[in-house]
Amino acid sequence: MHTKTIKELAQGLRSREFSSVELTRHFLARTEQHKDLNAFVTVTEDLALQAAEAADVRIANGDTALLAGIPIAQKDIFCTLGVKTSCGSKMLDNFIAPYNATVVEKLNEAGAVMLGKLNMDEFAMGSSNENSYYGVVKNPWDKSAVSGGSSGGSAVAVAAKLAVCVTGTDTGGSIRQPAAFCGITGLKPTYGRVSRYGMVAYASSLDQGGPMARSAEDAAILLQAMAGFDEKDSTSVDHPVPDYTASLNQPLAGLKIGLPAEFFGTGLSHNIATDLANAINEYRRLGAEIIDLSMPTLKLAIPVYYVIASAECSSNLSRFDGVRYGYRCENPVDLTDLYTRSRGEGFGKEVKRRILMGTYALSAGYYDAYYLKAQKIRRLISDDFKNALAQVDVIMSPVTPTNAFGIGEKTTDPIQMYLEDLYTIAINLAGLPAISIPAGLSAAKEGGIAMPVGLQIIGNYFTETKLLNIAHQYQQVTDWHQRMPYGFE
Amino acid sequence: MLLTTEDVKKIAYLARLGIEDHDFDSYTKDLSGMLELMTSMNGLDTENVAAMAHPLDQVQRLRDDAVTETDQRGHFQAIAPQIEDGLYLVPKVIE
Repeated sequence: MHTKTIKELAQGLRSREFSSVELTRHFLARTEQHKDLNAFVTVTEDLALQAAEAADVRIANGDTALLAGIPIAQKDIFCTLGVKTSCGSKMLDNFIAPYNATVVEKLNEAGAVMLGKLNMDEFAMGSSNENSYYGVVKNPWDKSAVSGGSSGGSAVAVAAKLAVCVTGTDTGGSIRQPAAFCGITGLKPTYGRVSRYGMVAYASSLDQGGPMARSAEDAAILLQAMAGFDEKDSTSVDHPVPDYTASLNQPLAGLKIGLPAEFFGTGLSHNIATDLANAINEYRRLGAEIIDLSMPTLKLAIPVYYVIASAECSSNLSRFDGVRYGYRCENPVDLTDLYTRSRGEGFGKEVKRRILMGTYALSAGYYDAYYLKAQKIRRLISDDFKNALAQVDVIMSPVTPTNAFGIGEKTTDPIQMYLEDLYTIAINLAGLPAISIPAGLSAAKEGGIAMPVGLQIIGNYFTETKLLNIAHQYQQVTDWHQRMPYGFE
Repeated sequence: MLLTTEDVKKIAYLARLGIEDHDFDSYTKDLSGMLELMTSMNGLDTENVAAMAHPLDQVQRLRDDAVTETDQRGHFQAIAPQIEDGLYLVPKVIE
């Protein structure tokens, strides 16, 4: 049952081949069997079985919602009423959310069955899931390699088939990078497409929730249920939600694909460059035209991102003060001690680093030099994309410079870790949608373990339908998205 | 290094963020490295560029000035570290 697509499962539920309760028990058993991967922070077995029973009744009564009765899981950044919402942090280890995020509410309404909450880098800050208070998540393709991050638990749950599809969030690549490392499909929608209400904020002008699944078709079905205007989110964009599955089968003849030279230069591993060249050839065979581009401001995306994200994080995370909810230190002597120690003891090292960086960048005398300067270059990066997307329909690029690296390999040097985000963060700065799809399995060195390689497809604002169509067409002629890590078949 | 340990102590105080004494050196090194990365921004002329705060240049939406939330104080305070009579308790502020 765990290898079926959402459509096949929806069909099986309706033909009474299996019930949602049976399906849910099957996935819960897999979750238990593979708990060494550490993909989940919390498994909500009782709630899942209750939801599955309710879904079985809905289906018996003729409900046609594709996600009804389908076992999913939520990244632990989305607030879930009555269920611990830790955001991967000691700060929120005792936080039982008093309300549901809009995304959770929408998926509940669609009848999806939540199996639990997924591990992640603390407050979504990280590219390897090594910053979680609950420990590192292991990559099912090679358990000594990282899952990627920050949605590491999400990517692993899909890759190891512990859930049919899951939610993730992406501030600088946190959906796409773990999706690439684990060989799954992950879509970061246009900024404002999916509600941020109840999604613990990291960098508010960049954060965006999105679907992670085994195929573009499954991702389209999940996005359909997640997307839409939400008056509770002041940055939500009031733009009609199209039918994301309607044009999956549209042929790609005449599609113009741009390849920015800056994304294929030094720093890109040889095996990834080769796999991507093959993928682009596949698109040529599907009728696409390839156009070379230059986007000179892309090289500044990393410094710009770390100024803006850190600044917004220092502001957002000031709410964690040990007074109203979350962690409080023992025996504070005065109010300053209460704030300082609660935050000092509750946050991990990477979160502290970014709070300090952001506090500095926003402090008197430095605001113009860092934050304002970064906001201006952000405009130039966005203009670069605007110009490029006036010439082509989509841009293709790598997702990551290397295969999933070893656990512990980059933890001593945070700057090295930041450079991992080279190909993904500019897209968040511009607010554009982008999808990562599996496009190869290869080893960096001869004799090494073959690991998944991701291809990134970047489109103009609100072109998620087109991105999913382009991804789906590739998945009709290749089988990288169907490959399974050994031991998880 | 672009920052001193004293600078980092000051920033940590501004952020009300407790840092163990033995950790200051590593934070100073890491933050200096981050700032060094950021100096590459200085090479680009941004004289006449408008700062970008929202990817779609959207302005803050306003809503009608009407009550939409109900009182859920008890519900929200159920997860507070310390409360009394519906109030959050903190250490004494005024002597």
